[in-house]
Order: sequence, then C-alpha cells, then structure tokens
Amino acid sequence: MSETAERVKKIVVEHLGVEAEKVTEEASFIDDLGADSLDIVELVMAFEEEFGVEIPDDAAEKITTVKDAIAYIDANKD
Amino acid sequence: MRRVVVTGLGLVTPLGADVETAWANILAGKSGAGQITRFDTEGQKCTIACEVKPADHEYGFDPNKRVDHKVQRQVDPFIIYGIDAAGQALEDAGLTEMTEEESYRAGLSIGSGIGGLPGIASESLVCENKGPTRVSPHFVHGRLINLISGQVSIKYGLRGPNHAVVTACSTGAHAIGDAARMIAMDDADVMLAGGAEGAICPLGIAGFAQAKALSTRNDDPEGASRPYDKGRDGFVMGEGAGVVVLEEYEHAKARGAKIYAEVIGYGLSGDAYHVTAPHPEGSGAYRSMEMALKKSGLKPEDIDYINAHGTSTPLGDELEAGAVRRLFGDALKTVSMSSTKSAIGHLLGGAGAVESIFCILAIRDQIVPPTLNLVDPSEGLEDFDLVPLKAKKRKVKAVLNNSFGFGGTNASLIMRAVEP
Repeated sequence: MSETAERVKKIVVEHLGVEAEKVTEEASFIDDLGADSLDIVELVMAFEEEFGVEIPDDAAEKITTVKDAIAYIDANKD
Repeated sequence: MRRVVVTGLGLVTPLGADVETAWANILAGKSGAGQITRFDTEGQKCTIACEVKPADHEYGFDPNKRVDHKVQRQVDPFIIYGIDAAGQALEDAGLTEMTEEESYRAGLSIGSGIGGLPGIASESLVCENKGPTRVSPHFVHGRLINLISGQVSIKYGLRGPNHAVVTACSTGAHAIGDAARMIAMDDADVMLAGGAEGAICPLGIAGFAQAKALSTRNDDPEGASRPYDKGRDGFVMGEGAGVVVLEEYEHAKARGAKIYAEVIGYGLSGDAYHVTAPHPEGSGAYRSMEMALKKSGLKPEDIDYINAHGTSTPLGDELEAGAVRRLFGDALKTVSMSSTKSAIGHLLGGAGAVESIFCILAIRDQIVPPTLNLVDPSEGLEDFDLVPLKAKKRKVKAVLNNSFGFGGTNASLIMRAVEP
C-alpha cells in the first residue's frame, strides 16, 4: 500500500467511524462506507488539509471511491 | 383531558451518567464540582464547574454506549448528552422498538438553554483564521438546539411532534410541560421530553462570569454551590441532560408499563421586569407555582417536596423562598424544599428536566435529596425545611419543581404518585 493510500484510509476510518478492513480501494464512500454528501465535503476538506492539495468542487464530485481519492491526490500533490 | 404519566427516565449528570448512579450519589451528599479540566482557565474569574466525568471515572460518561462515532464527531456535547439520556429513557420505558403506526404517535420535545456554544466559538475561529471554505459542513446542524430531538427521532424512528424548547434555565421544565400538553391534547401518545446543556467552555464561563452570575469560590469548588446559605456568591455551572418518557395513561396501562408518576400541574409566567434579575417580589415565580397548583387541583398542604430553582445566587434564592412562603402559608410547616444544584451545579437548559427526575425518584423512594453546604441559612428562612446537608426519609406523594430563566421566564411542574 502506498503512503498516500495509508493516510487516506486513516482519514476515512476516523471520519466515518468504519472498520479499517472495510476501507478497500474499491469501496464507495456512499454505497459501501455509509457516507452522505456532507460527509464527503468533510472528507475532501480533510484530504486537502492532510496533503496540502486543493480539490475544486468539480473534481470533488468525481471522487466517489477510496481509489479515486488516492489517484487525485497522487496526481496533484507537490 | 387525557392523563399523562412518566414511564421512563434518563440522566447524564456530573454525579453519574445513569439514573441510579446519579441518584445514589445525590442522596449520599456527594458534590460533582471541581476545577475545570476541559480547558485552560488562565485569566478566567471563575475556574470551577460541575463537569460530566470522563468514561474512565467511577461515575463517568461513555458516549460510545448510545451515540454513533460519526455523530459524536459532528455535534456539540449537549447533543451527545441529550441523545444518551433520551436513549436511556426509551430503554427504561421499553419503547425502543415501535411499529410504524406507533411511531407516528411518538414525538420529542427536548431543548437546551444555550446549545452549541463550544462549537460556535471554535468554528468561528476556523472561519476567521483559515477562511470560510474550511468551516465544517456539519457546523450548523451540529450546534442547533432542536438537533437533540432531530437526532433522537432519526435514531429511534419517532415520527410524531418534533419540538424543542429554548427558555434559558426554564427549558427542561417547559419542555416537559409542553410535551405533557401535546399528549393531553391528543397530538401524541408518547413524548420524549427534557433538556440538555454543555456550555462549559471558555466563552460560556466568561460570559456568565461577566454577568456576575457565577460563584468565584475557586479555592473551594465543592463548597461553592450553597443555596440559601449566607455565604453563597453565585451558581456553579453544570452540564448534562435529563429526558423523560411521557405517555398517555391508558396507553401506558394497556402495555403494562412501569409508571413512575403522573404530571398533574404545569404553570408558566413571565416577570416582565429585567433580563437577568428576578422580579423583586418574586411575582413571576408566585404566579407560575399558583397556576401549576390550580391545574393540579391540589392544595398547598398536599405538596410534600419542592425541588427549588435555588441556584445559589444572592438575589434569587430568597425571592423564590418568599414566593413559596406566600403561596404555601401554613402549609410551609409540612413541605420540604431543597436545591440539588448544590450537588450537580446549574445545568441551565437541562436543570428543570434533571430536577424533575429527582422529584420523581423522591416519590419512588420516599426520600428527599439534601441541600449541600447549607450551614448558615439566610435570615428569614428559619421556618423552611431546606433539607440541609443530609437526605431525609419522609412521605412524598406530590412534588413541585420550579425553574426560572434569564428573560424573566418561569415554569413550575407538579407531579404525583399515580392513583388508579
């Protein structure tokens, strides 16, 4: 697991209160991890804070799975 | 009019996070006061409070019992306390499972005096220092006062009236009184009613201290809340929640519910005098009690116990006592009156509900809780039984709870052991 993936999963576990095993890369925030649209706003803010990236609203809308988040962060962080 | 009874109780207090622990500690004369641990009190005039204790404490509160992890992260403490107390009350009443049909007849009236002040204070700093785009998307609904009712209704599927009272320190009593009327008026068969507070934060303590409401007996926290005592100098801030299940009498009887007491009187009034000071003749307090008594059909001599508002402020305690004396006359000889704020501090919006629960337990156990630290009563109170220092066994059939709030708002509740 990449370093980004580990940090992303840690944030997801902490924010959504789900078990770490459930946070697979394929997991959908809404369908598999019980998030609602406001939780996703909060997650995106936490990713921005953690990785020092900016995730604009149109990009955030496309992040629906753990994998999407990791890919966006890896592509955009310094 | 439909009769309303109490069939479930739930408490989160500085002396215990369940009904039996809190009540046992109250009767044992323990104090929940101490130095504030939750934040650095450097520069504060008041450094003491009655905090709800952490989970590893002998009588601490474990939020994980009834509040989801995600909700805990999103909401202020008053909502967490409220959800837990409401859950306890529903469990006690045996009403955690309802049919859809029943759920339309089950509602909530759980309020708070102040609401999410700690979160408003901290998030305003985020907005100021990091910018508006860093403000949490859960900021608003994690602070709103009606979100105890909202969260509890979602958790337990209660689809009836969804209400929340905000009347400062009268909130808990008004919430129970209003909810009882909703049942009496046939809007619901079951209502969760009560109040919660969690405002022990730098801004909350500073604000009440600046209003000269708080005790500054910082070197003696356990002796600071001393209602009716000559040495009193203000209230000690408490936190927590009290929630009861109110139920229509026939509904409760039909399902074989345990019935604690019947709500038989509710009075409300306004001082129309000053934002923080009580009316100098206690006229609002008098009329509130008088209305509750009239509704109850009882006479003053029928009341055995009064859980007074008695906050330990220099002005308020004696004015309330004066109003009680005028209303009770000769019946003063037979009534006991105490203030449990001496033990758990002032729970503000939670006070009226928590204290109503103590009243109900006084009926159940035929014992009245003490007024701690009352060693030298103010002059003119000699003819009152203020239950100093020690709990007292006695007959308790009918009880009166008083709650008065900033803005000059007053509420009184009368409850009685159920007569079939």
